[in-house]
Amino acid sequence: MLASVFNHTTITIATGAAVLGAVSGALGSFAVLRRQSLIGDAISHAALPGIVMAFILTGSKSPLVLMLGAGVAGLTGMLVVMLISSSNRVKYDSALGIVLSVFFGFGLVLLTWIQKRPEAAQAGLDRFLFGQAAALLRRDVWALATIAAVSFIVLAMLWKEFKILAFDRDYGVSLGLPMRRLDVLLTGLITVAIVLGLQTVGVVLMSAMIIAPASAARQWTNRLGRMVLLAGVFGAIAGVIGAVASSTIPRLPTGPSIVLAVGVIVIISLALAPGRGLISETLRRRKNHKKLRLDAVLTDLYELESQHTPETPHGHTAKAIQAMSFGEGEVLKNLLELESRGLVARFSTNHWAITEKGRHRVERLVQQLDSSAGAAH
Amino acid sequence: MSKPPETPSKGLAIDVSDVTVAYHDRPVLWDVDLEVPAGVLLAIAGPNGAGKTTLIKTILGLVKPAAGRVLIHGAPYREQRALTAYVPQRGSVDWDFPTQALDVVMMGTYGKLGWLRRPGAKQKEIATHCLERLGMADYRHRQISQLSGGQQQRVFLARALAQDAQVYLMDEPFQGVDATTERAIIDLLRDLRSQGRTVVVVHHDLQTIPEYFDWVTLINVRRIASGPVSTTFNQENLRRTYGGRVAFLSSRENGCAEKATALSDVQTPPGEKPGWMA
Repeated sequence: MLASVFNHTTITIATGAAVLGAVSGALGSFAVLRRQSLIGDAISHAALPGIVMAFILTGSKSPLVLMLGAGVAGLTGMLVVMLISSSNRVKYDSALGIVLSVFFGFGLVLLTWIQKRPEAAQAGLDRFLFGQAAALLRRDVWALATIAAVSFIVLAMLWKEFKILAFDRDYGVSLGLPMRRLDVLLTGLITVAIVLGLQTVGVVLMSAMIIAPASAARQWTNRLGRMVLLAGVFGAIAGVIGAVASSTIPRLPTGPSIVLAVGVIVIISLALAPGRGLISETLRRRKNHKKLRLDAVLTDLYELESQHTPETPHGHTAKAIQAMSFGEGEVLKNLLELESRGLVARFSTNHWAITEKGRHRVERLVQQLDSSAGAAH
Repeated sequence: MSKPPETPSKGLAIDVSDVTVAYHDRPVLWDVDLEVPAGVLLAIAGPNGAGKTTLIKTILGLVKPAAGRVLIHGAPYREQRALTAYVPQRGSVDWDFPTQALDVVMMGTYGKLGWLRRPGAKQKEIATHCLERLGMADYRHRQISQLSGGQQQRVFLARALAQDAQVYLMDEPFQGVDATTERAIIDLLRDLRSQGRTVVVVHHDLQTIPEYFDWVTLINVRRIASGPVSTTFNQENLRRTYGGRVAFLSSRENGCAEKATALSDVQTPPGEKPGWMA
């Protein structure tokens, strides 16, 4: 098993998958942030007729020829989307849906028709549906890596322009930036990323490689640069895991394996990321509620005491405090917690009084409430 | 009350003539003329759907007019971009975007920076200074979704400030902001005017127009009136702009006089900066 993981073919396949994962993860970040998650689905499905047509026209199954066909069809699809959504009263997402289904349907028709032909040469085109990493050759990986490098260079050179495009397009126009051309270029780069992944991941699941690494990365950072970097890393990791799994385990298609791997990364990120993760959010909410409950008890005690100053402090029972709140029988627990923080002190077994520190805290709370009420006005 | 506007010695900051804009077959602006002298604080007011936002978007070249012409300091917008800064409506962007207040403000420097150049220490310094002027220096490394609505608005204003423009076009900066932010915006507007810059603000709150602005343009698809607040902002023009709601308006106008007096009592004494400036 180990030997097969490190053999030549597997390394080639893993490298290819890592490259495509990195490109689609990084560029996918922009699609996700612009709320164009569907764009990946539309482009990859629209690419299918291009693949089949490229084969029909050239009779070649060389990955470069097929990718060129996929790219042309994908870009055509995107231009049709822009045309439909700008000139008519069709919304952007509907336009994506229309292009996706019409192009994909056309691709399936072509694929079925060509498979009925007698020659055997067309065999294997249907593996573009779910991807087949085993077909990756060393020179394909070199081509992938070169195209990926060019995409990354363009991304780095136009970083600040793409950032404005994603955040505030109109503002970019007001600065004099050619936002429409930048939009077409960015969409073009995303198309390239998708086309690179088609052979390995497949038409049907390629959009996951655009959306999933970016969504996972968003959980871990609040900076665009780090998000794009992290999405690239996540995509690469998923690519390697999926490609290696599918090339070592017989009859395991590559696309679904890669998508499963990236799915696990998404689930982990949704659950565990500090700040935005579900677990940290739940903990934060609990902590907040606890703080509010403790503050409520402390404030009650403060008020009880202020009712009979300047007598010497003598403490109050938990019952008396509970009577002030709509107690849930947790007052005693809260008092013990407050005692451990030095905010209340015990006079006898069940008599409690607020400490100097506790009094300060209540006074500060009241101040904060007053000032935030003023600001909200 | 604002001081009476001076005669426009520096000519027109914005010159809009015969502008018509239509979405599909519905006219949004009809044959609008607008002459804004340099160095004034101008409020654009009018009912919902009157074309206020469309007017400033047309001035900025974001909306292509079906007819008409816009000049900024005597030349088309294309040639005068460096002179102009835009503050969009706060709701027009996704504030969950992964970026910090300082990064957003630095976008204001991108126009002058040019292609292929990355913002550096100088741009950071400009941005920090602009955030400071709006009392936001302490928040510069905050993720923008963690800012309050008013703070987000101040980030947008700081970004426009970073452009160091001559003409500022702001779309409803006072919409739903807290008292601190309102104060900060007013101080900024007066600051800009004292430097001789021109500010055009889409403004909803009729009550505060006489207090905050010295010029006003009333539109409702057509331009109803435009000129100094003292001569233009009157019952008759408001009735023509807002139509049947004249009774409502006159009662508001009465209340507004009281409110304006009340407000001027609590205004910060000259020379004493409000707390957030410290």
